[in-house]
Amino acid sequence: MSLLEVNDLTVKFYTEEGVVNAVDNLSFSIDRGEKFGVVGESGAGKSVTALSVMRLIESPGHIESGEVLFNGENLLEMSDEEIRSIRGNEIAMVFQDAQTALNPVYTVGEQISETIRHHLGYDETEAKERSIQLLDTVGIPDAESRFSDYPHEFSGGMQQRAIIAMALSCDPDLLICDEPTTALDVTIETKILQEIETLADEFDTAIQLITHDLGVVADVCDRVMVMYAGKPVEKAPVEELYYDPKHPYTVGLMSSIPRIGDERERLQTIPGTMPDLVDLPSGCSFHPRCPYAEESCTRSEPALVDPETGAVATDDDEHVAACLEYTGELTDGLGYEVTVRDSSDDAEVETVAGAKASSAVDTDVPDAGGDRRD
Amino acid sequence: MSLRRFILKRLLLTVPILFGVSVITFALVHLTPGDPISQMVAENPNVSQAEEAQLRAQYGLDGTLWEQYATWIGNVLSGDFGDVYGSSQSVAGVLISRLPETIALGLFGWVFALVIAIPTGVYAAINKDKFGDTASRIIALSGISIPNFWLGLMLILVGALWLGWWDVGAPRTAVYHPEMLWFLILPGITVGTAAAASIMRVMRTSMAEELNKEYVVAARAKGLPERKIILKHVLRNSMISVVTLAAMLTASIVAGSVVVETVFNWPGLGRELVQAIHGHEINLIMAITLFTGFFIVLANLLADILYAVLDPRIRYD
Repeated sequence: MSLLEVNDLTVKFYTEEGVVNAVDNLSFSIDRGEKFGVVGESGAGKSVTALSVMRLIESPGHIESGEVLFNGENLLEMSDEEIRSIRGNEIAMVFQDAQTALNPVYTVGEQISETIRHHLGYDETEAKERSIQLLDTVGIPDAESRFSDYPHEFSGGMQQRAIIAMALSCDPDLLICDEPTTALDVTIETKILQEIETLADEFDTAIQLITHDLGVVADVCDRVMVMYAGKPVEKAPVEELYYDPKHPYTVGLMSSIPRIGDERERLQTIPGTMPDLVDLPSGCSFHPRCPYAEESCTRSEPALVDPETGAVATDDDEHVAACLEYTGELTDGLGYEVTVRDSSDDAEVETVAGAKASSAVDTDVPDAGGDRRD
Repeated sequence: MSLRRFILKRLLLTVPILFGVSVITFALVHLTPGDPISQMVAENPNVSQAEEAQLRAQYGLDGTLWEQYATWIGNVLSGDFGDVYGSSQSVAGVLISRLPETIALGLFGWVFALVIAIPTGVYAAINKDKFGDTASRIIALSGISIPNFWLGLMLILVGALWLGWWDVGAPRTAVYHPEMLWFLILPGITVGTAAAASIMRVMRTSMAEELNKEYVVAARAKGLPERKIILKHVLRNSMISVVTLAAMLTASIVAGSVVVETVFNWPGLGRELVQAIHGHEINLIMAITLFTGFFIVLANLLADILYAVLDPRIRYD
């Protein structure tokens, strides 16, 4: 049994502009101790997925259907009391912006120890001791005196470490990290990621790492799910995703990673922006931006399939993708090639596309704007 | 340490503020036509010109405005607020006997305002745009719009005449007697209603804003019960703007007590001030104004200290 199993999750936001299809029929599972990455642009539904797992979707958002099984129990059917005893205790969350996630008027120590007191029933002194220990574990120097500092007295990196300490305070089975390093500078980013990785191993905690950065995923994760417009478009073990990406969107994301020694003058980007989630394009949501889109892509919506066989994905499939190519509905195929450079042991995607691709690039770029959530 | 220095600095700052208040009040009172002596003379036609001049000299009302001010402030600095012309009582004596009545009324109004406003504001913010919020908004709007003298009269009508629970007249008990609480109810509500209404609105707005902050989601993600999140995490953050307003409202409660004391025949400084203005009692007007100014400055100082207590990011150094 997986630690976490999300089945057919659909989340909608009822806004004044219309119904936002934030997450659409999403399924994935995370095993005990596994490090699972969720990748996609802003608005792909990554954070909504994470919040849904903790049942923290607020009005006007609503979980329409699906189930979230944690240790076999459906979190969506639990009482408020029961779900609260899981939040922060068995499933904990690390937020993107530690500065806003910490309450400015309470000391960092108090905010860590209140969780410990609440879930583990420790008294004031025991909770303080454990908090200091945790602060020390996540690498905050002089933890004992730092315990009574306020969030504004911490640097950005230290605030994020404090948030991690808080998340780990009750030995969670699952740690959801929502863009944990986006607000930090690159040197700190690496340190924090290493920290998360080692701590997860040490505490035997599974990680759901949400990011838009494929580089981060490569460093940390075992398995990856790529999301686009509220749907999963590709799921694969991390090496396979890098060496053999199956979905054009994944390919687009990879070719937009800058590399040292890159001789291209311009960084390749995916043209256009994420479609309006209120009014999704027909067929494949990615077709307006896809260089290989054909007429059939505007009509039928691709299902997640095994790219080798074209059969509908099952739980046993390691690598699945949602593109019509694999069900034989594309006439011209996907014109990209992946080259692996020996020197850096790094995969690189080259788009080998003719006139057809570049003409597809320029067509029908959907409107930017509108209120989106990721 | 820095807080103590800050308080000291702010207390010193009250000196120039009170000086300004005294100059302006003094000038305004003296620029209005008529003075206590001409009033006395008008009531008693037998007073001769020489006697009138002598009276003026006796009360320090001869000489230029500047000379008069200098004499007055000199006396005040040596602790002498002068006498009430009409009754020959000392102004200090009047203040000492009236001040507790006004403080009792003001405090009651203030506590009433906070006790009503904070829970209602919190409730409205949690139930934003639902029935309770809309209802509280309507009540708050009425509370701000109703003039306090009218509200006072209505409360007397209902409480004293219809229900017969209170007397129409002034309280007949000493100010420190517990029974006083009962007599304070009607005038206290009258003084506090407008303040309650505005504090409630600010409480609601500021709490609703805080509820949208990420630390609230983070607190929920920690598994804390909603009640604890509201009362511990959100309330303290939203109190910061409420404290500002509450301090500013001290002035309006003081001003309101002038009207309310008159309506309820309350033996406090406000009623005394109205009578003093009628009688051109310059010394009394000056003393009451100075005290009022001092209380308002004090309330603001208190608010500044409370900020630092509520929000550790605010430091005074």
